[in-house]
Amino acid sequence: MKVVKTASAGTLESNDVLVTVEPGEGIKLDIESVVYQQFGQAIRATVMDTLAALDVTDATLHLNDRGALDCTIAARVETAARRAGEGV
Amino acid sequence: MRRSLLFIPGNNPGMLMGADMHGADAVIFDLEDAVAPTEKDAARILVRNAMRAMPDLGVEVVVRVNPLATDFFIQDIQTMVPLHPKLIMPTKVASAEDVAHISAAVAAAEQANGMPEGSIGLLPLLETAQGIENAFAIADCDLRVKGLLLGAEDLSSDLQAIRSKQGAEILYARGRIVMAARAAGVEVYDTPFTDVNDAEGMAEDARLARALGFSGKAVISPRHVEAVNAAFTPTEDEIIYAREVMLAIAEAQQQGRGAISLRGKMVDKPIVDRAQRVLATAKQLGLEGSDL
Amino acid sequence: MSKLVHSLADAIRASGLQSGMTISFHHHLRNGDAVLNMVLAEAARQGLRDLTVQASSLFDVHLPLLDHIRSGVVTGIETNYMAAGIGRAISEGVLQKPVVFRSHGGRPAAIESGRVVIDVAFIAAPASDAQGNANGVLGSAACGSLGYAIPDAKYAKKVVIITDHLMPYPLTPHPIEETDVDLVVQVDSIGDPKGIVSGTTRITRDPVGLSIAKLAAQVIAHSGLMVDGFSFQTGAGGASLAVTEYLKPLLRKQQVQGSFGLGGITGYLVDMLNEGYFGNLMDVQCFDLAAVASIRDNPRHQEISATRYASPNARSCAVKSLDTVVLGATEIDLNFNVNVHTDSNGYIMGGSGGHSDTAEGAKLSLIVAPLFRARLPIIVDKVTCVTTKGSAVDVLVTQRGVAINPRRQDLKDNLKAAGLPVFEIDELQAQAHKLTGVPVPVKPQGRVVAQVEYPLGGIVDEIRSVCAE
Repeated sequence: MKVVKTASAGTLESNDVLVTVEPGEGIKLDIESVVYQQFGQAIRATVMDTLAALDVTDATLHLNDRGALDCTIAARVETAARRAGEGV
Repeated sequence: MRRSLLFIPGNNPGMLMGADMHGADAVIFDLEDAVAPTEKDAARILVRNAMRAMPDLGVEVVVRVNPLATDFFIQDIQTMVPLHPKLIMPTKVASAEDVAHISAAVAAAEQANGMPEGSIGLLPLLETAQGIENAFAIADCDLRVKGLLLGAEDLSSDLQAIRSKQGAEILYARGRIVMAARAAGVEVYDTPFTDVNDAEGMAEDARLARALGFSGKAVISPRHVEAVNAAFTPTEDEIIYAREVMLAIAEAQQQGRGAISLRGKMVDKPIVDRAQRVLATAKQLGLEGSDL
Repeated sequence: MSKLVHSLADAIRASGLQSGMTISFHHHLRNGDAVLNMVLAEAARQGLRDLTVQASSLFDVHLPLLDHIRSGVVTGIETNYMAAGIGRAISEGVLQKPVVFRSHGGRPAAIESGRVVIDVAFIAAPASDAQGNANGVLGSAACGSLGYAIPDAKYAKKVVIITDHLMPYPLTPHPIEETDVDLVVQVDSIGDPKGIVSGTTRITRDPVGLSIAKLAAQVIAHSGLMVDGFSFQTGAGGASLAVTEYLKPLLRKQQVQGSFGLGGITGYLVDMLNEGYFGNLMDVQCFDLAAVASIRDNPRHQEISATRYASPNARSCAVKSLDTVVLGATEIDLNFNVNVHTDSNGYIMGGSGGHSDTAEGAKLSLIVAPLFRARLPIIVDKVTCVTTKGSAVDVLVTQRGVAINPRRQDLKDNLKAAGLPVFEIDELQAQAHKLTGVPVPVKPQGRVVAQVEYPLGGIVDEIRSVCAE
């Protein structure tokens, strides 16, 4: 899937994550999280896995995480990517 | 056994994760009215992921989908069916024809996912005048339909009536939907009580629903679950009486007597049927005295 | 010579306060307190430096303390609790000397034994006469019990009463007595009533909190302690307080005549006293207006000093007679050690208060907590800071089930027989990890910024700065 514009999904509520996806080169992740020290790596891995499953190879993502579980992070990344993309 | 069905907004991660925690017999993951039109995609994907992450939730899952007439409907069906919710709740169902279209869409999705046909049941939400008028046809037209849910908020608007706590404006609709469901042999659930802070009013409304013949009642707040469960749970006295009835009948049969009286009343078929239902419900809930 | 002086400035001068001395404050005015800031501002104006602040608790209303630290007016802090705003700065290393954390029982023990020497105690009093007979139940800034101030009044070298409501001599009641007081000064206002006590305390509406509270009440009901003479204490908020609501019907059903409620008193416990669940309330601190009115008007609602509440040096104290206490936790580890000093990133945002005292004293100590908060599991391999030792903790109650300390096989058998959801603590941790994933443990590596003293005086843990150095 090709990311052609900027789009967001999710909220800043507790247990949720606000994800913004924009066009870019390669995958760039900028992650802010209330649990960065404990789960920063896990969050990164979840984002990468989700993008791979969508066949997204070029995008810049900003995440503002309030303690979302993996399934929520994956859901918000997928939603934002689909909103930003074409070809799915 | 669905005494209580708790609505859980589909776009709320915190509530989805804790859905089984509130003691409701069933949860309704809501893709429809609890979700803004611009967030339908987000809710669908979130509910899909939540259901995949929690396959054995310990509570029955119902998914409320968007109306047949919307673009969202088919995506809801295609995304949700493979997740094996127990029931799908179609909204604004007005006729048996609606049910036919919905059932066909579900069947197509079942087939596409290699699922046995009929795996997923339907629990149509009747919330329009047409829906109530056609209640029996809707309940009876398709084996997928396992029950009906009354939606009084939208219905009272369609009736151009004034919605009230006492519910005079929906009394006919309540009676009608129970009649239709029982005639078709399916379950029937009452509309939610909407005042989150009125515990007394909630309990009264739940008791009324039970008395009118509903199988259970939908709730919009976790704080209402206990009152609804209580209203639809046989009391100790009801169980004791039911046991007495069954013992009296057994005794009468042993003695070759056709009729028997208990506590000054003739025990005829309706009383025996009710007693059997009470004991069956009590048994399912694991209540004391339910084994005979 | 009159004790009554005209201004705070005069009071400080007359007290003989010098640079390098220790001054003390109680926290009964909580987040509405104006006195600590007032005293430090005046001390700074008079050129005093290098002071140690010995405060039973510090709240974010005391944030100006940080400026006094940066300017050298304050170089030492000793307290039983520190709110997150001040805590953050301490964790980031604003203070050179480590903070000394004690508990509500350990503080009076240290004062009475002379390990802590208070040069000047500044006691905020909602009402006082000109000789220093003072109480907390009268006046517009009424706060109820003055329990934490009593050891200061008795042992400080100099005692200054600061009031905004001077009353005729002799004032009664007088938990603070003129025999201990050196100086009295009247100011315009000692604090904001809205920050001192809440209008009414409300129990949590959160469904998770309520279901934890319900389970906790059932644990208590099956503990064997719910018989005539039953005594009980709970924290002031969240799931802890909600336990009282679920306990009442169970007490009624068993027809239990309770002996006393202890704490930390809110309107909920006052109701229980008035409805006959308890014969007495023993009150070291009032949290709301209902508690303030009750302690003033009901002789069976007794004011007790911090010493009588929990000092391990006293010949006996109330926590030693306590049957059950319900407490919270930011973390609990596989050995049942509990942390209420820091968050999971190591930032100070609390302190024992009465946590370690009550857990050690009570026959049954319950910790109530959700399985995880914002993805962070409450059950960790090792707590970031030990507030209360695992040996004092009997049961953890979460919304998914309870874990019982292996030392309490008796309890485990009872609760299992009662059909309650009993798990091993590592099983509950695994349940959390299934949803959250396994967290990377965080342990701050900077210099020591605080020491945690257990009630009897030994150091039970140290807190390090979150900034590497």
